[in-house]
Amino acid sequence: MVRPLTLWLSPATFVWVILMLATCASTWWLKSGASTSMVATAAILVIAAVKVRLVIIHFMELKDAPIKWRLFFEAWVLVFPGIVLAGFWFARG
Amino acid sequence: MQMEMSHTLTENTRRLPGDPGVWLFVGADMLMFGLFFSSFVVERSKHPDVFNLSQQSLNFNYGGINTLILLTSSWFVVLAVHAAKMNRVKLVPHLLAAAALCGLAFCSLKVVEYTEKLSHGISMLTNDFFMYYFILTGIHFLHVIAGTVLLFVLWKKAKAGKYGSHNVLGLESGATYWHMVDLLWIVLFPLLYLMR
Repeated sequence: MVRPLTLWLSPATFVWVILMLATCASTWWLKSGASTSMVATAAILVIAAVKVRLVIIHFMELKDAPIKWRLFFEAWVLVFPGIVLAGFWFARG
Repeated sequence: MQMEMSHTLTENTRRLPGDPGVWLFVGADMLMFGLFFSSFVVERSKHPDVFNLSQQSLNFNYGGINTLILLTSSWFVVLAVHAAKMNRVKLVPHLLAAAALCGLAFCSLKVVEYTEKLSHGISMLTNDFFMYYFILTGIHFLHVIAGTVLLFVLWKKAKAGKYGSHNVLGLESGATYWHMVDLLWIVLFPLLYLMR
């Protein structure tokens, strides 16, 4: 007998709640709070990178994947948001 | 000692969910988008004022709501894969249908957004910012359309009882692609709509 709530109360549901809250914080709080600040921009990007990592590790299940695959995607999360952050830093007003 | 070993994943027990070919495609696609993001910030650094001013005419509510929609869709897909592994075969098509409907909702909102822009005389010829906006969101939109069609195909197969603990590979492969579509939007949305 499978308990009906086991599926819905999985760790993935907890991750989804975090992702939804983080999105609301970036979109409707950080954006309007200090829209011209480099700090807000950096915070928005860091939140996006953390969200991507949560999706990669928990939704795409790379936490249980062979190390080389996991490393490739973990590197992506560092490299491209890193380039974006550098680009915004050098062009700041 | 034995208990400890049973909790540790070794290289032999680690597995890539779904077809490795799909993972190669996903990796290549993510590298392509990574280069798009890099190219965007290089162009932006040449005309930050034009980019910031143009960004103000975007409605970030559309982008934010679409992020919530894609995240929810991804969550339904995760649950569908888990349900299949738990052999709750009848639940799988319901979860996939919910995910596919989220895909349709994303597409509808995108059409509203594009129509609004075009009716205000804004197109990809307006300036460099809008060229990037239309090309990057357009390529991503094509990914969403393909993914939504894929989810409906998976839904049809799941309705026929195809997915369960005995057969989960196709479902996992589709899920991997759909999560990539989600994560690309997670970066694209703040890059175009929020950061300045």
